[in-house]
This record gives sequence, C-alpha cells and structure tokens, in this order.
Amino acid sequence: MEPLLVFPEPVPPELAQALDFGGWAWKSAPDIDSARRDEPADGWVGAIVMATAGAELDGALRLCRAIRNGDINVDSVLLLVNGGQLMELDPHEDLFDDFCVHPFHPVEFETRLKHVFRRSGNNDDIDLIEYGPLAMNLETYQAVIEGKPLDLTYMEYELLKFLAAHPGKVFTRETLLNRVWGYDYYGGARTVDVHVRRLRAKLGEEHANLIQTIRSVGYSFGRSRWI
Amino acid sequence: MEREQEYVLRTVEERGVRLIRLWFTDVLGQLKSVAISPAELDTALDEGVQFDGTAINGFSRIHESDVLARPDATTFELLPWAKEDEPSARMFCDIQNLDETPFAGDPRQVLRRNLDEARTHGYSFFAAPEMEFFYFASGDPSLGKPQPLDRASYFDLTTADVSSDLRKRTIHMLEAMSIPVEYSFHEDSPSQHEIDLRYTEALDVADNVMTLRLVVKKIALERDCYATFMPKPLNGVQGSGMHTHLSLFKDGENAFHDGDDPYGWSTTARQFTAGILRHAREITAVTNQLVNSYKRIAETSEAPPYVAWARNNRSALVRVPVRKKGKAESARIEYRAPDPACNPYLAFSLLLAAGMRGISENYELPEETNTNLFDLSETERRAAGVEPLPRSLDEALDVMESSELVRTTLGDHIFEWFLRNKRTEWSEYQSQVTPFELERYLPST
Repeated sequence: MEPLLVFPEPVPPELAQALDFGGWAWKSAPDIDSARRDEPADGWVGAIVMATAGAELDGALRLCRAIRNGDINVDSVLLLVNGGQLMELDPHEDLFDDFCVHPFHPVEFETRLKHVFRRSGNNDDIDLIEYGPLAMNLETYQAVIEGKPLDLTYMEYELLKFLAAHPGKVFTRETLLNRVWGYDYYGGARTVDVHVRRLRAKLGEEHANLIQTIRSVGYSFGRSRWI
Repeated sequence: MEREQEYVLRTVEERGVRLIRLWFTDVLGQLKSVAISPAELDTALDEGVQFDGTAINGFSRIHESDVLARPDATTFELLPWAKEDEPSARMFCDIQNLDETPFAGDPRQVLRRNLDEARTHGYSFFAAPEMEFFYFASGDPSLGKPQPLDRASYFDLTTADVSSDLRKRTIHMLEAMSIPVEYSFHEDSPSQHEIDLRYTEALDVADNVMTLRLVVKKIALERDCYATFMPKPLNGVQGSGMHTHLSLFKDGENAFHDGDDPYGWSTTARQFTAGILRHAREITAVTNQLVNSYKRIAETSEAPPYVAWARNNRSALVRVPVRKKGKAESARIEYRAPDPACNPYLAFSLLLAAGMRGISENYELPEETNTNLFDLSETERRAAGVEPLPRSLDEALDVMESSELVRTTLGDHIFEWFLRNKRTEWSEYQSQVTPFELERYLPST
C-alpha cells in the first residue's frame, strides 16, 4: 500500500500511534522538497498537514497550497488544526479536502482518514465512482453512461470525475478551476463554463441535468447521498 | 509521464483505437494529418514524430527539412465518424525543430507565443467566430458554376430536408468533438449556412475552426454534395464571412467591462479596439488571404470595407454589440472583416497583437461612426478620416509588407514565406483572362 505523507517532522506520538493502529502506511517529511525526493514509485495516497505541531496555520496553508499547485503529486489533503484556528479556515477551504480538530478523538480521526483517503487508502477494490446512470473507472480512465462509453477529452474526464466524486456539493467556478485545472491555468472561470457545456452535450439531453448550474454560485453534480 | 498522456494511452488501449491521427496546420491554414498506430503512440507522446516538412506549405527551409510533430494530449478526441469496429482518434500537434525548440513555420506555435506574450500582462484572449459556408450540389466545380442545393433541386421536394439534415448531423458531430455550437440558417443567400462557435480561449477556438471546416466538408461529402468556405462563390449574393467576437479576460474577469462607464466599456476595450483599427489594413492580407476574399469585402454590407467602429452600425468594420445591463461577462467587440478561408491561428495572433499594441501604446479610439458609410461619397469618407481596407490581395500584401507589427507577430519565417507565396498567387491570377473580360471586350473591341 502506498504511504501517506505527514507534515511536519517530527510527528507527535499520538498521531503516529493513531496512524499505526489504523494500519496506514505513512512517512513524514520536514518540507516539500524532501517529500518530493522521497516520493514512492506509486505516489502518495494523500497528505496530512498539521497546523498544530510547531508550524503555525500560515505555514501549514503554504504547504497545502504547494501541494495544490502540483509541487508534489498528492490528490487529497487532510488538515489538522486546533480549535482556535477554526475561524480562520473559511477563506482557504480550496486548499484542503477535510480537516480535523487536534487534539482529536481517535475514532473521529480514523473516520476522517477513511473518508478522505478511502478511494485509494484501503484499495482492495477497483477505484470506481458510480452515480445513477454514470459509472467511472478511475483505474482505466473510462466513463460510461447507461453502459455506453463516453468519449471525453482529458479535461472533461477530470472535471466529471471531480464533480461526480462529490455529489450534491456546490463548487464555485474558481474552486473548480483550482482543483481540476490547477493554479497555473490562465483561461479563467469561463473555461469552466465551456467545459461544463461540453460535458452536458456529451452526457446527452437525457442526462445533461446531472450537472446543475447554481445561479451566481457555480455548479453541482447530482444530489448528496447524505440527505 | 504526464497524466494526460497516460489518459491517452489508456483510452487507446481500453477503447481498442486502431489509428491515431496527428493533426497540424500549414501556413495557409490547410489541415495536415499523419496517422500512427497504437504501437507507436507511446514514443510519439514522449519524443514526437519526425517527418520531412519540405512538402508542407510554409515548412520548407534551406538547411534542415525534418521537423517533429509533438501531440498535444489535451486535444485527444475519438473521431465520431470512425467505423465502430475501427475506432480512431486525433490529437493536434505542435511542430518543433529537432532540438525541441518551437518551429518558426508552425502557425499553432505562433498563436501560442502571442497568447503567452499577452499572459505576461495578465490577459487571456477569447474569441468566438461565426463560420459561414455554402453547400453545393456535387459535380466538378471547375466545369461550371456551382449549383446551390436549394436551386439545384428545384423540382425536388426533399431538398429542404437534405440541407437541414446535413446541418443537424454536422452539429451532432461537432458536439461529439467538444465543439459546442449554435447555428442558424442564412436566408440571405441560397444554400448558405452559418455555425456560430462559442466563446473560448483562442487556441481552442483556432483548433475548433480547423475541426469544423473538416467536419462540415466531410458530412456534405457523405451526402453527395460539397461544402465550401470560399469567401465569395456566387455573383450577386452575399459571400461567406467569419465575423469574430473578441475579448480579453484578466484575473477571471472580462477586462472589456467597466461598470462605471455609461456604455459599460473599459479603457482596455477602447485601447484594444483602437489597436485593431489602426492596424486593420496591415493584417488584412492574413485575415482575408485569397484573391477571392476581396470580392466579398468589396460590395456587401456584411463585410464592411471601411476602417471604423460603431455600436449599432453594421457598415463599420468593428461593431460593439450593445449588451444588457449587468452582463459583464459578455463585453466584447466584433471584427467583421475575416473570412472563413483564413488561417485561424495566424488571424487570431494578429488580432490579438494589434489590440495589445493599442493597450501598450495607449492608442486613442477615434470617434464612433454613426452615418452609414455606404451612403457617403469617397470624398466625404476621406474628409471623415475613414480609410478603406485594401481592395485587392495585391494592395493588402503591399500594406502588410511594410508592417513591423505583422512581421514581429508572425515571425520572419512565416512573414516572408507568406508574402512570397501570396505574391505568386496574385501574379498567377493577374495573368488570367477572365470570363468577365471575354464577355465584355471580345465582341465590342
């Protein structure tokens, strides 16, 4: 199993223990450069960034941003903060996938780990996203709607994957740009509109409404499974 | 390996793709294609495909004739018209020299370079062309006049269905290739159609124009007729244009919009427009590159031959569409000269460069033209300071040749090759005795 990347070094004993008890493979790194040097052949499963162990919140967010920028190859980030830092997270929520308040309860922590890293974490089964008529095999990069293959470009595939992985969640165009295209893309928010339009055309009239436009906010896919 | 390359390799494998077409464009805007098999794909993505460029228009060089086609994996697309048991796909390519530097004769690289240049100032360039074209009944066009579908099928009740079926199928194919469209049937001329492409980044749009021209022609051939993007195929009826809507975005916002301006129009938009107007004559040889292009510009109101701008005056070269209040994103200008036979990579490069020059040099926008320029006499137009666009390819080439802006934007290689090639085209045309001359002069002189 590919390891989790944990920032910073040294890792506090209660975190190391929780990871070991949960059966997670992990490795710590003091900074991005050494994480890049130590990158395992199959990449990192994800990253845990602590804003409580030495590094202040600003430093932790800088790390998160570097990860989002693609400085290292990590898809999902779990941020650990203390109660006092909670209020400052709101404007930065693009930078991490989930957070957990530290000191944490081991059960909550384990649940969040599974939630954030579940797709590749305990990967006995194939990576699969299924929602109604849509199925995506993340292993083979293929998507089907009602069993019929969809012919997608790479960016259309990535956008659909991202949306379908978070049913019911509303994303702004900016968030989608950052998360799907990365920070270095210049096309601006219109690029997102164009790709959504393309995806809807390819999903076909019947399924075009899987992607909803949320007026003056952005887009969402399907409905949440938790309501 | 980059993820998009992995995506391409995996999709080719999973979908059993048999043939991958690598597309690129010559200097005149002709689509070129090299086909490779899946076995060669890995290396092609990694190292590019080497080929001899001598036979490609505008690729020839004195020393080294081999170039590299580097597939752009983000443009990978399955071809919707391929046979089901023989799936094939295409990717657009950037052309490089063997040392992997951009090849100066590649129009796509020219556009990339100009887009990058605009980006250093924080701008991204968006365009939306309106592509017009004609369908004609098949037959060798060199043998006689082209036959419009509706007229050719005078007695045939099904003809109306033929062209609407053609259009429908074309739209379907384009959508399947990630090219969202809106279309309208042109009533002005028989058998003339228009397909409007949606706003997107100029490089995408230029790729889309190339794809569209192929798809339109391909579908027409399937139905035993042909489609043409020739600017002026018929006497006495309007020709085919490529009116192009343009805007700049900065930090995700439309840089042409300014909520405080009475017209919602920013200084950037004014300067950009001023740049386009000032350099319009210089770039015309590229936006209208055929001898025939100037027969379209010469007479009809949809292709205004006068360098002027206006909000609601279709006789002006640049139109500033009036928009609804609050529609900040749709702030744009419409440049009405180009025709659909142009090389879109080069045309967009020059429009961008001319507009950017207006911004960097703080050009002042001339007064809006409110009169109908067609109603004015030559002297009145001159007095109003309104210049005409070049009236022939020959004149356009003269103006282009003295343009530092065009030379810098296209680069020496393309600039010089284009002038040489087009001078030859003009002199070949000049030496022709036309039916007009025979009809007019043969009996009477």
